[in-house]
Amino acid sequence: MPSKNIVRVSGVTKNFDLDKLVVKVLKGIDLTIETGKYVSIMGPSGSGKSTLFNMIGGLDKPTSGKVFIDEVDIAQLDAYELAWLRCRKIGYIFQTFNLIPVMTALENVTLPMTFAGVGTDAAIEKGMHLLDQVGLTGRQGHKPSELSGGQQQRVAVARALANSPAIILADEPTGNLDLTTGEEIITLLKKLSVEERVTVISATHDYKMLNVSDQVVWIRDGHVDKIQDRDELEIQTGGLKA
Amino acid sequence: MKKKAKRLVELPFSKSVRIAYQSIRARFFRSLVTTSTLVLAVAFLCYSLIGFNIAQGILLTGDPELQQILAQNGYDLETGVTLKGSAKQRWIIILSLLVCTVGIINAQLMSVTERFREIGTMKCLGALDRFVVRIFVIEAAMQGFTGSFLGAIVGGFTAIVSGLVTFNTLDFLPLIMDRILVSSLLSILVGMVLSLIGVLYPAFLAASMQPVEAMRVEQ
Repeated sequence: MPSKNIVRVSGVTKNFDLDKLVVKVLKGIDLTIETGKYVSIMGPSGSGKSTLFNMIGGLDKPTSGKVFIDEVDIAQLDAYELAWLRCRKIGYIFQTFNLIPVMTALENVTLPMTFAGVGTDAAIEKGMHLLDQVGLTGRQGHKPSELSGGQQQRVAVARALANSPAIILADEPTGNLDLTTGEEIITLLKKLSVEERVTVISATHDYKMLNVSDQVVWIRDGHVDKIQDRDELEIQTGGLKA
Repeated sequence: MKKKAKRLVELPFSKSVRIAYQSIRARFFRSLVTTSTLVLAVAFLCYSLIGFNIAQGILLTGDPELQQILAQNGYDLETGVTLKGSAKQRWIIILSLLVCTVGIINAQLMSVTERFREIGTMKCLGALDRFVVRIFVIEAAMQGFTGSFLGAIVGGFTAIVSGLVTFNTLDFLPLIMDRILVSSLLSILVGMVLSLIGVLYPAFLAASMQPVEAMRVEQ
């Protein structure tokens, strides 16, 4: 696959207007992300990584600057096209799982396919296959409240993959999980990113993510602090170990 | 890509109905509370309207004894055959409408607000604003119809029974069947309309939010 840029962020700033105070969360971010990479956006809490994540995912609008997905400026998209983008191009994974509580695991996974116009039978078939893939065979009839945190996040991963997106955006996917479960989710994401050839962009401050990332973007105080490729990282972690 | 987008984000009507139905069933207790608010409000309205109809019916019977009881019960008898709504009567009906409006809108408002996160999630998965609104409207229509229907039956039945107790006869009933029917239908209509109004505002509000804002709302 040619190393095309799937995401390009150019001069993005974001201010939050709180009654009397304007909080500048992002202060001009420039970033390109190549297709097929596993990218982690790292930074301490409050550094603006989740905000950046929301901008990339088209979930919130930047105050200034542009976000391009596949070289399309998402600010120019109308509601239909934005919904199409969220539906087919991007799969979202959240810290709080955000499954629809009244639906079963399978229904949660098939919902995005329904929006994409996939027929019921085909959606169920693919949904079952995805649940198998994330290791939840036989759990399709369970409601989110009947599943553990790790299992809920697995359902969320399967849901994110439902329409074979080009990008998976994961906001603190391990934030609400214990160490082992978090690691399982990370491994699962990495495995799927290789198998399905999707770009994974994950905002996190979980250092377990470093091991699987192709690229790490360090965010500090609303700026890109540094961008490290995998080989640079290994030298550094190797150095630390020695 | 732009052309495709127009055709490929969709939610068939039957799916919307299924999702709405599921949602009511899954939150059965919560729906029950919302619906019973509707039942009570519509029952009160229907009771007032049919009570008024019965008073008219008593006048229509032309039986002076019954009219005497009617007067004793605080109805203002006027010289004509028809009983024009007295100030008291109108006030009771306005009051019942008011209770109905506030109760229903409050119940629907609450049931949507507590689902903002769900709405945000659906939008992340590619739902258009109108899918979200449609699901909530269908839900409100189902609850509105069930609640109003039950309410009208309860209210109408209570009104007729209390008429029977007060006047010790049901002679007035055949004379006002058509009016009772109109009153019941009117109550059902009011219940459904109010239920829709109550759900439309918060649903529009939530659907037009950026997904992140909707998900950020404290539960």
